[in-house]
Amino acid sequence: MDWELIGESWPVLVAAIPETLVLAISSLAIGFVLAIGIAVLRLSDNRLAWAAAYGYVYVFRSTPLLVQIFLIYYGSGQFRPFFEDIGLWYFLRDPWFCAITALTLNTAAYASEIIRGGIQSVPWGQLEAARACGMSGLLLFRRIIFPIAIRQALPGYGNEIILMVKATSLASTITILEVTGEAKKIIAATWSPVEVFIIAGAIYLAINFAVTRIVQWAEVRLSPQLYRDRPSWFARLTGAGADTAGRSPAISDQLH
Amino acid sequence: MKKLLTIVAVAMALATGQAMAGQYDSITIATEGAYKPWNFKDAAGNLVGFEIDFAKDLCRRMGAKCKIVEQAWDGIIPSLQAGKYDAIIAGMSITAKRQKVITFSRNYLSGGGGLVVMKSSPLAGFDAGIKFINLKDVDAGEKAALDKIVGTFGGKTIGVQTATTHENFLREYLGKNVTIRSYDTQENLDLDLQAGRVDAALASMDYWVPLLKSEKGAKFKHVGPQMSGGPFGAGTGVGIRKADQALADIFSKAITAALKDGTCEKMAVKWFGYNNCSAP
Repeated sequence: MDWELIGESWPVLVAAIPETLVLAISSLAIGFVLAIGIAVLRLSDNRLAWAAAYGYVYVFRSTPLLVQIFLIYYGSGQFRPFFEDIGLWYFLRDPWFCAITALTLNTAAYASEIIRGGIQSVPWGQLEAARACGMSGLLLFRRIIFPIAIRQALPGYGNEIILMVKATSLASTITILEVTGEAKKIIAATWSPVEVFIIAGAIYLAINFAVTRIVQWAEVRLSPQLYRDRPSWFARLTGAGADTAGRSPAISDQLH
Repeated sequence: MKKLLTIVAVAMALATGQAMAGQYDSITIATEGAYKPWNFKDAAGNLVGFEIDFAKDLCRRMGAKCKIVEQAWDGIIPSLQAGKYDAIIAGMSITAKRQKVITFSRNYLSGGGGLVVMKSSPLAGFDAGIKFINLKDVDAGEKAALDKIVGTFGGKTIGVQTATTHENFLREYLGKNVTIRSYDTQENLDLDLQAGRVDAALASMDYWVPLLKSEKGAKFKHVGPQMSGGPFGAGTGVGIRKADQALADIFSKAITAALKDGTCEKMAVKWFGYNNCSAP
């Protein structure tokens, strides 16, 4: 273990964290908006809309992200005259644009399925109640369906955020110097993969620790009734303050 | 067995005795025989290549009787130390690490690096005025050519394979003026040069020359001077035991003569397709 190398490498890798975060946050943000649209199409009665959304999700979930990145980056380079004609080359020339596009399209496919599951879990009774109050269309979606669906989808979507943070490392294959890219560059010069990848791994660990805390906080904020008066883990283990099934009082109250 | 050992011991004593005498009129040279076109074996099993021709020419100049033997690469320095032969001519780069163990003659090959652009690029007409730059000691003409490169390529994007001497050169000499894009493989760099994502690519001339002659490199063009020395490394030299510094000096003298009268260039063009000889 080369401690000197660790001392020299970690500031370089830490300095690359903003690049990793820009890739993750921008693709997650754009991908989330896309995903809502795709999920709605997936649930639509229009066969054509359903087929388009289904096909999209199928293609992007079933091919490796690395292949998608290479196809968008080197593939567009091969058809440069065509993309120049339609005015897209200005964007495709930039590796950042290609990386964010690939990550966005990829996460949109996964997130749309998570959101679809959330929407389908909204109880019919609540929809009927909303309709009885005169809500329909976009208002119904915005006020009732989406808020309930997102609560259901949040744990699954938290997974997707973590996967995306790690997926940004693939951008290093198209010359972007985010955390993994910088790590690979140092390794190529020093031939010491262990030291450098340990630091890179620790950085992803730290980022995803923050992500899990934020998602947990959001879960509590959005569904406080599930967490209110929750007995401690120890109390639940010993059965104190819980019913015989070990449920917390808050949840068992809801069930009654 | 004892007899054999005695013979070996006597032979070695004779060999080193000869070396000690400082005569060097009979030299055994080792080469690898598996590094085309530096040194390799033809269909009949004879050692051929640039270094075979070059070694014969050096021996003629040194007035020495030479014998060229084959030696696998991984044992090539230990066997030199053990006295199996007196010199290594096997495309061996002069590096600080090797210089701790053996000594070297002066360099004879330094292909170095060169810039390549698309034939269709406005940079394709670039001419720095000179063909070679040795960064070890830059004269006025070379300085002017370097400034010309900075002036023309300033603000452009240059691609390079990561962790190479070429990348070191870019960072040291053009780091402030150009955008450097580092690639994990040379193939990916070539793809992006073709796509126009980088304006120029810097790599070893030993790589470019065959590529530019092939169909794959048909759209590429080498521009500007061939750059060697400095960050590109010290080039290729003859490896010799530290105790035989005198022999290294004799080799260096012969090499300089072969570089000056164009013998090296003639052989390099024959075997490599371009002149990658060191500056005399």
